[in-house]
Amino acid sequence: MLTYILRRVLQAIPVFFGTTFLIYFMVFAMPGDPIAGLFGDKTPNPAVADALRAQFNLDQPFIMQYLLYMKDFFTGNLGVTFSGQQVSDVLARAFPVTLKLVLMAVVLEFILSVVIGLISGLRKGKFFDNISLVVALVLSSVPVFVAMFVAQYFVGIKWGLAPVTVGADTTWGAMFLPAAVIALTVYVTGMRLMRGSVIESRQADYVRTAYAKGLTHKRIVPVHIARNSLIPVITNTAASFGALIAGTTVTEGIFNIPGIGQVLYQAITQSEVPTVVTFVTILTVIYVIVNILVDLLYAVLDPRIRYV
Amino acid sequence: MSNRPSEHYVAPIEDANVEVDALKLKERKSNLWLDAWRDLRRRPLFYAAVAMVLLVTLMALWPTLFTDVPPNSECSLSNSNGGAVAGHPMGFTRQGCDIYARVVWGARTSLAVGVLVVAITAAIGIPMGAIAGFFGGKIDSFLSRIGDIFFSIPYFLAAVVVMSVLSDLRSVWTIALAIGGFAWASLARILRAEILQVKNSDYIMASEAVGRGRMSTLMRHALPNSLTPVIVTLTIALGAAIVAEATLSFLGVGLGDTVMSWGNDISKAQTSIRTAPMSLVWPSLALTLTVLAFIVLGELIRDALDPKARARR
Repeated sequence: MLTYILRRVLQAIPVFFGTTFLIYFMVFAMPGDPIAGLFGDKTPNPAVADALRAQFNLDQPFIMQYLLYMKDFFTGNLGVTFSGQQVSDVLARAFPVTLKLVLMAVVLEFILSVVIGLISGLRKGKFFDNISLVVALVLSSVPVFVAMFVAQYFVGIKWGLAPVTVGADTTWGAMFLPAAVIALTVYVTGMRLMRGSVIESRQADYVRTAYAKGLTHKRIVPVHIARNSLIPVITNTAASFGALIAGTTVTEGIFNIPGIGQVLYQAITQSEVPTVVTFVTILTVIYVIVNILVDLLYAVLDPRIRYV
Repeated sequence: MSNRPSEHYVAPIEDANVEVDALKLKERKSNLWLDAWRDLRRRPLFYAAVAMVLLVTLMALWPTLFTDVPPNSECSLSNSNGGAVAGHPMGFTRQGCDIYARVVWGARTSLAVGVLVVAITAAIGIPMGAIAGFFGGKIDSFLSRIGDIFFSIPYFLAAVVVMSVLSDLRSVWTIALAIGGFAWASLARILRAEILQVKNSDYIMASEAVGRGRMSTLMRHALPNSLTPVIVTLTIALGAAIVAEATLSFLGVGLGDTVMSWGNDISKAQTSIRTAPMSLVWPSLALTLTVLAFIVLGELIRDALDPKARARR
């Protein structure tokens, strides 16, 4: 197990440098003056331009620029945002909010996947199963921002059941609506995994044995069928955790939730490219780390999987 | 031998009037694709999805069949946020443009991005995955590490960076490059895994035993037999690319303001969600239905091509 963990972490190192290098390369190896490029059609304030040159070490050769940038990244010197705040301060303030939102979304996703997947699997081909498949397909093809608007319009504006935007009030209750919408747009994969493995384990020998020894349906469904079908759903949910942290930009922008996604959303819509690059890098690093953790979780949960 | 007559008379073969009649064994041709087609033909959802895809394709190729309003024109502020009237079935946007005409013209952008992304994804992902899986060893480790790097950047975030930097080069082409340039990694992974399974089959060994080269074996035998997941992934990727374009346009880093795109229209309509929700609803509906059609198509093809899935149904 220890060797597996070590191997997996070592494997992540080239990926880590590769991803950060790629992002850096896309921005700073473009033809022309990268600083001018960062401002698009605006003319940069000379002081700001100089500060950026210093921050990204543009007087050095390209590969040195990247290495110095990485050194800063590791020592926690993440630079400043456009409005002059320390990125590390913004991160410390915004990350817990995003974490809270995503955590809630992931828990809801898990519940939806397990409950609907279990019922669908037990009633394969029946009415509930068919309806749930159709609903799942429709939900998975609604773009997130459309789903958010629909929720905002009906639940927030028309029925007044939830605050239209979240704002500074980041309680669990206030963020329930966006979290629920996220869960509804992503639960499909988990639900189908659950359904598939329920159908498979219903025909498994140990289930037949359980019936043969006279156990009741009431005991076999939760203990023998559901529990053995949970592993793929758990790992899928964990994987979506990383993807959701990296993907809350639109949600947080629309619902005005003060998390990392909103910082990125505002930077994008106001074309503050240096801030965009910084936060995309941070989100990518988080994504890579979460994915390693998911792989390790997979190995812990499923004893059949041992990559030696 | 004794002279006892044999118990059974066996007619000489010339006398036997044996005829197989009325037992026509109708040869039922069967292969994976034919089976899949038979399966698809029986599913009403398949026809619905195909009809939707055809409709959008028609709109993209010949928008003038559907509307006689030229692109980006005939907007009159006197119609601002107006409801549906004769000739303008979906009403008007805040700028007083005919929503129906904008939805029709927007189809071209969405479909163009979708098709280009799929082409780019296939052009990079298929060779990367096929070569990595088939040749293995050092080549595999090298190509797979490259794939891992691209796979580890959420492609939407990568596209945001590319489009932010390319602020004065925003077109259907750059947006497709930004999305496809990162989306190929998952296709490569899927194809590699499939090729690895196929690689040890007898027919691959036979092909090499008769002297066919490695590369030629890959092209003639290994790849064609691994295409099922590729087709499914690409169909669904087309839908996902349309969503990605709309989302980028929605954030303001997609296509320029003058380009008619569903994402742009939704983005502009969001400010009047309280007063004129319909200008938000129609482009969203067009977007969702198109994406749904591609996803349903992908799922149905997946089911049809996978005998195990057919059994599960």
